[in-house]
Amino acid sequence: MNIGLEHYLVLSAVLFSIGLFGALTRRNAVVILMCVELMLNGVNIALVAFSSYIVPQLLTGQVFAIFVMVVAAAEVAVGLAIILAIFRGLADIDINNINLLKW
Amino acid sequence: MGLAAAFWIMAVVIIAAALAVVFLRNVFRAALSLIVCFIAVAGIYLTLSADFLAAVQILVYVGAISVLIILAIMMTRNYQRGSPANRLRLPALIVGVVLLGLLVYTVTASPWNISAEPPLSPTTGPLAVKLFGRLGFILPVEIAATLMLAAILGAIVIAREKDK
Repeated sequence: MNIGLEHYLVLSAVLFSIGLFGALTRRNAVVILMCVELMLNGVNIALVAFSSYIVPQLLTGQVFAIFVMVVAAAEVAVGLAIILAIFRGLADIDINNINLLKW
Repeated sequence: MGLAAAFWIMAVVIIAAALAVVFLRNVFRAALSLIVCFIAVAGIYLTLSADFLAAVQILVYVGAISVLIILAIMMTRNYQRGSPANRLRLPALIVGVVLLGLLVYTVTASPWNISAEPPLSPTTGPLAVKLFGRLGFILPVEIAATLMLAAILGAIVIAREKDK
């Protein structure tokens, strides 16, 4: 059976949905960041698959994937710094107990 | 044929590792299976003939982001309760399944204009031309550099011990 564009897109959709489910249900803030990374990886797979099946000579999707990686790295750095700061203040990273901004 | 086998192996590894990230109770083991998932995604890039992106995936995700995540897990380690689920488990499952169904339906029902040309095989040089060359993406590259600088400074400022 030949591998086509749809296979890669379905794989990326599955990865995105698993990451979304995890980000919605987990209570540990670090695990939520890991699930966001899963979702970004799913999007990247879709971008690279589009790039190599629809415009194989242009590489635009791969450039987009590089920018997604840059933003993901920045997001992880700032997010983990925020988690460490919260942990230092509250000694907890369970997001059900971090409700200082909840009114 | 070999490409199809590689794709199926990578797909199974990716999905199994992603499910392990979500469902393992031990946060450290979840981080390790996240690394496995990143490596398998690099393999998927290789089957799509995106060699530079596969190398960047290994360097950035497996090399840097995983180390950051494991560092954060170790610094928050006296929080020993693992990764419990909240009360939104059933609604989140419904949302995820509905979104997955919609995406799969859209992907399989759309007529894609598959190009007949072969993809570029070494992509590093053409990617550099695309990023830095004339009519390329040089302005987004500069903006991304500014974003990285701001993120690094912000992370240092936020995570620093306040000396009183």
